[in-house]
Amino acid sequence: MEIQHVNLKLHLEHSGVVDLEPLIPIFHDWVREQSCEETLVDVADYRHVPAGPGILLIGHEADFSLDWSDDRLGVRYNRKARLGGRNHDRFRQALRSVLTTCRRLEEDGRLEGKLGFESRQFELGVNDRLLAPNNQETYASLSPEIDFFCGGLFGRNNYSVTHQADPRRRFSVLVQTPQPMDRSDLLEALSP
Amino acid sequence: MKTSNHLWKEWLAGKISEPLNREIDIFETEIDLRRQEKVDERVFAETRLRRGVYGQRYDNGQRHDGKVARSLEYPTTNPTKGPNTLWDAPGMQRIKIPYGGLNAAQLEVMAELAEEYSDGIAHVTTRQDFQLHYVHMEDTPSLMRRLGAVGITTREACGNSVRNVTACPYSGVCPDEAFDVTPYAKALSRFLLGHPDCQNFGRKFKPAFSGCSQHACGLTSMHDLGAIAVTRRRNGVEVRGFELYVGGGLGAVPYQAKLFDDFLPPEQLLPTAQAIARVFARLGEKKNRARARIKFLVHDLGIEKFKALVLEERDRLPPDPRWKQYLDEALADAGEESLQADGDLSGSGSPEFQQWFKTNVRAQKQPGFVVATVTLPLGDISADQLRDLADIARRFTPDRVRTTVEQNVVLRWVRQGDLAELYQALESAQLARPGASNIVDVVACPGTDTCKLGISSSRGLAAELQRRLADKSAEMDQAIQDLHIKVSGCFNSCGQHHVADLGFYGVSRKVGGFAVPHFQVVLGGQWTQNAGSYGLPIVAIPSKNVPDVVSRLGERYVSDRVHGESFQDFVKRTGKLQVRKLLEDLAKVPGYETDNSYFSDWGDPREYSISDIGKGECAGEVVTAVEFDLAAAERQVFEAQVFAEGGNFRKAWETAYGAMLHAAKGLIKIEFLDIPDDRDEIVNQFRVRYFDTEKIFDPFAGPKFANYLFAAHRTLENGHTPESSRRLIEEAQLFVEACHGCFNRMGLTPNAATA
Repeated sequence: MEIQHVNLKLHLEHSGVVDLEPLIPIFHDWVREQSCEETLVDVADYRHVPAGPGILLIGHEADFSLDWSDDRLGVRYNRKARLGGRNHDRFRQALRSVLTTCRRLEEDGRLEGKLGFESRQFELGVNDRLLAPNNQETYASLSPEIDFFCGGLFGRNNYSVTHQADPRRRFSVLVQTPQPMDRSDLLEALSP
Repeated sequence: MKTSNHLWKEWLAGKISEPLNREIDIFETEIDLRRQEKVDERVFAETRLRRGVYGQRYDNGQRHDGKVARSLEYPTTNPTKGPNTLWDAPGMQRIKIPYGGLNAAQLEVMAELAEEYSDGIAHVTTRQDFQLHYVHMEDTPSLMRRLGAVGITTREACGNSVRNVTACPYSGVCPDEAFDVTPYAKALSRFLLGHPDCQNFGRKFKPAFSGCSQHACGLTSMHDLGAIAVTRRRNGVEVRGFELYVGGGLGAVPYQAKLFDDFLPPEQLLPTAQAIARVFARLGEKKNRARARIKFLVHDLGIEKFKALVLEERDRLPPDPRWKQYLDEALADAGEESLQADGDLSGSGSPEFQQWFKTNVRAQKQPGFVVATVTLPLGDISADQLRDLADIARRFTPDRVRTTVEQNVVLRWVRQGDLAELYQALESAQLARPGASNIVDVVACPGTDTCKLGISSSRGLAAELQRRLADKSAEMDQAIQDLHIKVSGCFNSCGQHHVADLGFYGVSRKVGGFAVPHFQVVLGGQWTQNAGSYGLPIVAIPSKNVPDVVSRLGERYVSDRVHGESFQDFVKRTGKLQVRKLLEDLAKVPGYETDNSYFSDWGDPREYSISDIGKGECAGEVVTAVEFDLAAAERQVFEAQVFAEGGNFRKAWETAYGAMLHAAKGLIKIEFLDIPDDRDEIVNQFRVRYFDTEKIFDPFAGPKFANYLFAAHRTLENGHTPESSRRLIEEAQLFVEACHGCFNRMGLTPNAATA
């Protein structure tokens, strides 16, 4: 089963009220600098929508957002363009993009260090209901590749994968690790 | 772009009606042909528009980052999707929702499409449509198939076609309606969709229905075709009919629709609409897009001649069984009334519930039932909320919701006894926001967020107004709470600013060599009586001061109004001159070095720009001679309004015309300082120097605004009616705006401009 359109979200460490306004000039700067692998197009402000996409950085190949969906703030990467390689390569690329984004946001002085990201879990999904309907068959089919991806990063038996099985939502799993992930180590392991 | 695009056709085989399926197949083929460059780009542009596939800001591959215009490097630069429109650039998909009616399954599909092809948000428009933004061209056939499988088409959502047929969202349940217009709206929508007589219009054609004349919900006065339900007694029996109006429209210069028939029998509705379409297609302007709406045809011919032509055409139409069949089928399908009511209507509960109950719940004409409004901020709803709304619709209504022209959703046929539970369900979906249809419920078009025509950030301003007003809405005087605010990003009025108590539309001004986002304040519009009258611009205010305009006008209204006086009457009694004086200080822009926040727009930190040129370093407070002339011209437009207000329409006309001459002369002086003060010479020089060279041409409207000057000059000696004076004032305002735009595009330094 070939999977495209990987959708990956890394939550904020602490939930609570976070002012997203400083994100707007930061994302505009990223568009100006074209500082991601993807072609960046525009910034969309959806702060007025409760539990919505928050602030979106629209790209051609993928969108990035500081997203409130599920009532939990986090960085979401939504791959739109086709990507070569195997499924786990695409999982790796999505996680690398999210971690890089998190690191850049944490290091941006305009946010005054207010954003700290989860280091024990992330949500991994597929934004295509026809390729990957949210059911047991999809989960069973993708499990070996998710295991291959996670095992390579965290070590065998050092992570858990939980299928989030609401059939109306897109296919996704929650990947958790007992120990905090070291972001620098992960980024190094994920580098192409 | 989606990998699964090629699979949806097979997956949905048999689930889409055959005609719709064939249409989508054809569209997919047209996309392929365009990719091979076997179809002309202009033809393809109109083709996709007629399927609701619209362009979006930056789709020419250029984006100004606040300092300079930069190229967006898309992988595919050829072919284009239309003139100057890159293939890879994301666009907007408009989805027609006739009379705003949707069921739960359709809401769920909308949620899936928003997530999979767009940015996770579905946007309700001021014409009861849905829009999805940032959609890729290749995804549109799959998106259309998924909509088609639940009975929705995007056909003719854009382009020169019959647009969404709108209707009062309370049709069938409103205590004040003559009768339910829903079946008639449904039948007309079905009949005109893809009709051969509607394929050769010069511009779009928008129909609307209302169940009564006194409320705003149908907005029939501002539509190309408006039908208001009326009844008469004949031989002791109540019979139905329609007050039929034609030739209304907002846009740059708004027109009130004219009464075509005061009692059109329902069985004549479809053939009459068809005959109107034929006359419009045959006689409507085709070349000059600025005068191609039916309102110009009706105006030029006069309503009596137009009506005579339509009736003649109607007599000649070959009989069509669908005229009756579609009405019969729609009437037979109108069956929501079988529910049983129970429970009492009670606003007791938490303070939050009471506040919501007060603003968002209204009684139906059927005892025991209510309508509850789901207020959507800026018309936006997330995919998760759409799914929750679908659940709520199934649980509390007969599986139906309707969108509204105020960018909300209404739940009808809610049992009174279920209200508390409904509130809880809405609250858990974060959809229980109070303030429906009041001052907090600000309406805005997409503006500079995504629209190619946007001049100022209508959504940015609207969001800021909502934030500020929501904080204090509970303590506001009721008279303030009842006001309507509507914001458009430009003069085209998609935000319907003309019919708001407080309307705003985006313009730009140059201050010290920098462009500054502004909004024209439009006052005096009437929301009730189906958009009974239109407001006029008072003064341009920098965007960042507009919230203060709202506060100041609101405070003055509360302190000065006489008992029960409407805002519209208050503005009229106070006089535009006084109102303008009240706002005068807010029109000033501090220098860039004093406060540079004025030089960017709401929600967008980039230094404001309307083009790639004209950027200069701060030149302090130096004002060019041209800017003085343009400011003087603006002042004259305002004086013309004051004359019109006082009933001196001839003077109003002459002053508005004088304003146009003044602005034209200002531009001419850049090249020809000694231009004599002779109107023929000014018009002639303007034509040679700015029209023939196309310098005055608006980037999107072309020669439209310049032509206003020439038309006024030609009709100088004609009699001037209240209507023609009023129209010229509007045109003069737009002409002056065009001169500002022209001057901005010329990018002249103060020295050059005064040379």
